[in-house]
Amino acid sequence: MSYKLRFSQYNERSILVEWPAIIDENVLHDVLNFKTRIELKIYKPIVDIISTYASLLIIYNTTIENVNDEFSTLKVLYKSQDAKKLLKSKTFRIPVCYEDEFAMDLDNYSVAKNLSKSALIKLHSEAVYTVFFIGFLPGFLYLGGLNPTLHLDRKETPNLNVKKGSVAIGGKQTGIYPQDSPGGWHIIGNSPLELFKPKQNPPCVVKAGDKVKFNPITKSEYLRIQDDIKRSSFNIETI
Amino acid sequence: MIKVLNSGFYATIQDQGRLGHRSYGVPDSGAMDSYSSEFANKLLGNNKEAAVLEMTMTGAELQFLKPTTIAITGAHMNPTLNGKTIEMFESILVEPNDVLSFGKLSNGFRTYVAVKGGFLSEIVLGSRSMAKGITESIRIKKEDVLDFNATSIKSPKHAKLKFNSSYHEDKILEVTKGPEFDKLTREQQNLLISQNFQVSKFNNRMAYQLLPLFKNSLEPILTTPVLPGTVQLTPSGQLIVLMRDCQTTGGYPRMFQLTEQSINILSQKATGNRLKFSLKD
Repeated sequence: MSYKLRFSQYNERSILVEWPAIIDENVLHDVLNFKTRIELKIYKPIVDIISTYASLLIIYNTTIENVNDEFSTLKVLYKSQDAKKLLKSKTFRIPVCYEDEFAMDLDNYSVAKNLSKSALIKLHSEAVYTVFFIGFLPGFLYLGGLNPTLHLDRKETPNLNVKKGSVAIGGKQTGIYPQDSPGGWHIIGNSPLELFKPKQNPPCVVKAGDKVKFNPITKSEYLRIQDDIKRSSFNIETI
Repeated sequence: MIKVLNSGFYATIQDQGRLGHRSYGVPDSGAMDSYSSEFANKLLGNNKEAAVLEMTMTGAELQFLKPTTIAITGAHMNPTLNGKTIEMFESILVEPNDVLSFGKLSNGFRTYVAVKGGFLSEIVLGSRSMAKGITESIRIKKEDVLDFNATSIKSPKHAKLKFNSSYHEDKILEVTKGPEFDKLTREQQNLLISQNFQVSKFNNRMAYQLLPLFKNSLEPILTTPVLPGTVQLTPSGQLIVLMRDCQTTGGYPRMFQLTEQSINILSQKATGNRLKFSLKD
């Protein structure tokens, strides 16, 4: 399916392409397919292409001389896009310890939702989430697919220091904090995985379009994985 | 090598930034005022990519352990070498044990110190720019030892490179329309480009917030890409100008996009400085 796109110049060196502003897997696939086609077919040097739910920002290496020329090149490229999915996606299994020590908000969350902790954990870990894009912080995954039963507004007062690895729920979203940071989401667990490693390139094995599933683990498994990661003998599992 | 005797208010090592990793959520970083940092490198015949020291509001005190040539650009912090006033915007020879210090800030907000060959801090994802969550060291601290390449201290003689510091006084930020600018009413659009704003105390390498608040009834948008120089407007009316260390995506309507030179201009502004937007074309 082909969407009506809006093309506009964003700054001296970048062009914004916008899809209808909705969170939708079909839009996501179209956005990412177009991104891949631009990477393969546009020979002008491109520094980066950033994708979000329904936009692409194409950053060129140099100032754009004639923006209308670029628009038409991109439009022609989009029109010739076939329905065939170029996208190859992986599903990653992400270990999460939901035990109290790692889940400072799970008690309150369970009261607010009137559901037992084990029921919450089951709902959170049985779903397969889609990675829509990475943004906000280095390695922060925007995940879609949280069970509506688990939706809960963010906290009134954010925590000043949410620990790295925290798995949390905020509104209709769930995510993993890739570094210590302030945050207003409800913390229900922690993953020992290091999803973002600045010293490797690319710094994040998970990318937009991939899927993730949370796998409940005990504290001793958590510590073992943490140890394996320290000794570089841990590999993230794909399903 | 350089020993940091005193770091000043906030100093970091910066180069042209960590480009090409925004799709993993990695900020650009890089010198806030790219014009000044590039100029400092030019004075020494360095590559454009050479890393420089960026100092905010107050200067550092630095002791050189090896001879080299340096150049100072950007905000005027009244630099001295061993207590004697030295010129900015030209290459200066330093000897082992020389101490570079700075005095009162007399214009601008960010000063750059370049050394011959550039600073040799850790390279992560293709850049030496210090950034939280990316590099191990995220700012210069007292007692740090900064390494640089001391193989050649000779600098080229320039046919007088002229630094144009008049932009430190500029109050006009040249902008283009942001993707959500047209969601404002015509009256609001006119007001936004005719009103004077002031830099609030919330200003740093990530963002500059402006005062006064700008009343609006725009809805938050679905999270979209943002860049350094993007001007966001929050429901409470806060105008936020994103700067070099900004996040890669955001959910507030984007009113304007600053030109590269306007980002440099804003980088030299401090709390209380006045500003106006001017729509290009």
